[in-house]
Amino acid sequence: MELFELGIKQAQEGLAKGEFSSVELTQAIIDRYHAKNGEIGAYLTFDEEDALRLAKEADEVRGSAAGETHRGTGVPIAIKDLINVKGQPCTCASKILKGYVSPYDATVVKNLKANGFIPAGRVNMDEFAMGSSTENSALGVTRNPYDLTRVPGGSSGGSAAAVGGNLCIAALGTDTGGSIRQPASFCNCVGVKPSYGRVSRYGVTAFASSLDQVGPMTKSVEDAAILLKALAGHDEMDGTTPHDPVPDYVKALEGASLKGVKLGLAKEYLETAGMDPEVRRITDEAIKVCEAAGAELVEVSLPHTEYAMAVYYVIAPAEASANLSRFDGVRYGHRSELAKDVYSLYTKSRAEGFGPEVKRRIIMGTYVLSSGYYDAYYGKAQKVRTLIKRDFDQAFAKVDALLTPCAPTPAFKFGANQDPLTMYLNDLYTIPSALAGVCASSVPAGFTKDTNLPVGVQFICGGFKEEKLLKISKAFEEVRA
Amino acid sequence: MKIDVGYVAELARLELTEEEKAVFQPQLENIVKYVEKISEVDVTGVEPMMHGRTLVNAFREDVVRESLPTEVALANAPKRVGDEFLLPKIVEGAES
Repeated sequence: MELFELGIKQAQEGLAKGEFSSVELTQAIIDRYHAKNGEIGAYLTFDEEDALRLAKEADEVRGSAAGETHRGTGVPIAIKDLINVKGQPCTCASKILKGYVSPYDATVVKNLKANGFIPAGRVNMDEFAMGSSTENSALGVTRNPYDLTRVPGGSSGGSAAAVGGNLCIAALGTDTGGSIRQPASFCNCVGVKPSYGRVSRYGVTAFASSLDQVGPMTKSVEDAAILLKALAGHDEMDGTTPHDPVPDYVKALEGASLKGVKLGLAKEYLETAGMDPEVRRITDEAIKVCEAAGAELVEVSLPHTEYAMAVYYVIAPAEASANLSRFDGVRYGHRSELAKDVYSLYTKSRAEGFGPEVKRRIIMGTYVLSSGYYDAYYGKAQKVRTLIKRDFDQAFAKVDALLTPCAPTPAFKFGANQDPLTMYLNDLYTIPSALAGVCASSVPAGFTKDTNLPVGVQFICGGFKEEKLLKISKAFEEVRA
Repeated sequence: MKIDVGYVAELARLELTEEEKAVFQPQLENIVKYVEKISEVDVTGVEPMMHGRTLVNAFREDVVRESLPTEVALANAPKRVGDEFLLPKIVEGAES
């Protein structure tokens, strides 16, 4: 096995046993980046010097420390290009942040470093995380490693392509309406969207603040548990993170089994029109596999699911329009050369800096928040969101987890979803759980027959039930293999 | 037409070309039409959900702590003079 093919667990074991050094491991990723990134385009930039410097430090620490804590240090992790790493670019795949250099580390990056991981390379995404194919990146094209004529999904498409194409050991993504889970499904990786509040967003460029979460994108469920354990926890810089202790997610996987697990099957997910027949087949097979492994299947209903997309496309753009008002050409980011006064400084800098999807969402968000419309759109959407959340509460009173498809189709061809609304439908199955703030995973479940494309299924558990989610995901991963 | 894209873009301080307006107008009309689906739902007596979880105020100690050094805070400035961000003049007739 090549070093770049390793996951976190294997890499940590190899490092602890002295089979290779962090410098060797990091160099293997850098070599792989040089060999493959031209074709796949997962990374936007890679500060090789900085990654190797941190790798060297990790090797030195491991050599000198007697404690167990440093044994597995020095595993490189690819970072989605909206998470600040001090001294590195953070473009959010937008022209408006070209040339920006992060003045500080995001809390998740601090946490990674404190747990012996190395931020290594910045991966592509849809501009400001708005999109489901990474086609909205203003800075580069990312291709699906399983079929270069297809998209990797999005918005964390660079993360997914890097993991799926073995251009990294593991990656960080962010999920607002499905941006970790859908690309994970498209690129055969494990993706976990933690519960809202589980992971700090300090230093992560905000898209929709009532929804955004950072999470792991990995080659196995165990790797996701290792990474989530490092990321999660209270941060005084993010008021949404509670003091709840972070369970040992890795330990929680011991003896993972589906025996007696109550799996909810909801018709609102499984009986939707527009689901690709191969996605349907793979999801049905996943259900059978779980049943054979001892899971108890329980029919549940989440009646407000059909409104989730509409609620999301009010709330997310509304919050985005407010968050993106900080890009005004004053303190950082692009400033138009054509500005004559402050008004044109704003309007022209933003016009030149933002891409079409970002502009559409800013306009949509501004509209639903504008005087006379607020109650009908944003206010109403927040109330319907409560009903969506209640659906989940009621379902989780009966079952341990929901099993659903992750995305309605496998990876599609570039340019296949030209109409914005059609593109939005990609997140049909991932948006409701994002609105409810609960946790969910995407786990590889099979390949399509003719096109041989990976397809994942989604498990959804209640808020702060990541131990259960990971356990069920792990058990599924094992029985499917 | 429920949404006037040109007008809303002005509110958002976003200059649009005529081509952009022509493309965005029908697209956004479609999206607005789609989201209006939420009007069907009876939300009598339902409280709004503002976040992904029930939040309580999260206070931290009110103490002076280190912030970004001026030089670091200004490092990404598109234009600066000394320790300040440089902007076009804001008040008509004033010295810029």
